[in-house]
Amino acid sequence: MASLDINDVTKFYALRDGQRFEALGCVNLSIGEGEFVSIVGPSGCGKSSLLRIVAGLEEPSGGEVVFDGIAVAGPSSRRGMVFQEYALPPWKTVAQNVELGLKFRGVPPKERAQIAQRYITLVGLQGFEHRYPRELSGGMRQRCALARTLANDPDLLLMDEPFAAVDAQTREILQEELLKIWGGHLTPQRRKMVLFVTHSIDEAIFLSDRVVVMSSRPGIIKEVFTNPLPRPRADESRSSPVFLEARDHLWGQLKSETLKAISQAVED
Amino acid sequence: MGGAMKLLLPAVLVAIWQYVSAWSPLAPGLVHALPPPSAVVRDAWTLLLNGELPQDAGISALRLLAGFVAAAVVAVPLGFGVALWPLFDDVVDPIVEYLRPIPPPAWIPLGILWFGVGDVQNVFILALGVFFPAILNTIEGVRRVDRTLIAAVLTLGGGPADVIREIVIPAALPLVITGLRIGLGVGWGALIAAELLAARSGLGFMVQSARFAFDTPRMLTGMIAIGLLGLAMDVLMRAVQRHWLNWSLATP
Repeated sequence: MASLDINDVTKFYALRDGQRFEALGCVNLSIGEGEFVSIVGPSGCGKSSLLRIVAGLEEPSGGEVVFDGIAVAGPSSRRGMVFQEYALPPWKTVAQNVELGLKFRGVPPKERAQIAQRYITLVGLQGFEHRYPRELSGGMRQRCALARTLANDPDLLLMDEPFAAVDAQTREILQEELLKIWGGHLTPQRRKMVLFVTHSIDEAIFLSDRVVVMSSRPGIIKEVFTNPLPRPRADESRSSPVFLEARDHLWGQLKSETLKAISQAVED
Repeated sequence: MGGAMKLLLPAVLVAIWQYVSAWSPLAPGLVHALPPPSAVVRDAWTLLLNGELPQDAGISALRLLAGFVAAAVVAVPLGFGVALWPLFDDVVDPIVEYLRPIPPPAWIPLGILWFGVGDVQNVFILALGVFFPAILNTIEGVRRVDRTLIAAVLTLGGGPADVIREIVIPAALPLVITGLRIGLGVGWGALIAAELLAARSGLGFMVQSARFAFDTPRMLTGMIAIGLLGLAMDVLMRAVQRHWLNWSLATP
């Protein structure tokens, strides 16, 4: 079964003046089957870079990402990604967007349409198949992007602050829907691996099995927190003592890093 | 009502023109400099019926089509090449940057030297006018493509060809068409200039030969035909834009 190992991954960029811009320190992380792992960290800590490296969109400067026993050398439909900016081509309708990955993988048009319809229904967009992204709300656009990625049936779901651009209420609803779709009520064997980058501690606790706290730049893993919040989770989970305790703990870890990141930003 | 209001001012101006050129005390002195609209319409009608106007307009339109297509099939793929491959950019960009500031009419003497007086020279000058706006807008259109869309295609299992077909081409299309539309306007102006100076047919030639014959109504008829054809082209291009790019115009 699928597994993901991030081994000694570093990332730096060469600046014009010959100096190095260190984005990621040395990151080691393994994700098991059916596990939902969130990464939280201050702005600029390299968490999005790390996700892009796992996706194969960027190369690490050192170390490697091993997916299913093979070193990642480029993007693959088995590692599907959902972007903060939705990444929906505005000239494609909902249905055309959801079919996109299936088209790339050579699924015949008729079958493509059937699969797409199933995922459109799963995310609650039935009736909007022929709308263009501009005609949808932010929440609906992200549902469409999620359906598009899920239609490819990836083994690993990479999510880069997917709900950061929608309002707070929609965000909580989308979190619940994501858990439902992912299978918070199922056994781990029937779930996909998820690596989820977010700014929000609450979001990370509500969704994940483990929360990875990253330091300010250059980002390294400060703590891997095993989330005791029981599944299945619902609205009430957000006010449970376990949730609040986890939040206090993670905020304690994150606050000093955030302060460091702020002073870094001032220096830059 | 709005349409009627828009026609009001032109109608008043034409009426004043008719009065000044035909009936006012100034009229006798204006016979050659500015004949009245009635004389222009009479002349245009004659030229329309005897086939001279349709023939010259047709020739100009054909030159326009030939030069436009020739310039577009070179400029658009070249623009994609420049924007997508750095090597292409290094070679082509300086040439484009040096040649672009030379207005197409400045090429007319060289064009006559190379191609003589007539179709090829006219089409060459016109194509220059179309070429630069077309290539520059194409380059800009490709460069502005949202990188996240490309990343999305790659993580969905698409390859480089899919990126070009599904993302780069459609994303660049609005600016490509805008470039072609601007180029069509510039090219039309360049063509008329070329026909005024070095042609034996076409609307520009018609205007110029009317000047030699002191036939001012014919000159004005030619000018009006040039304006109407230019307007028709722009309307056509806008319709193409609307038809192909309805996604970019959709409102929430």
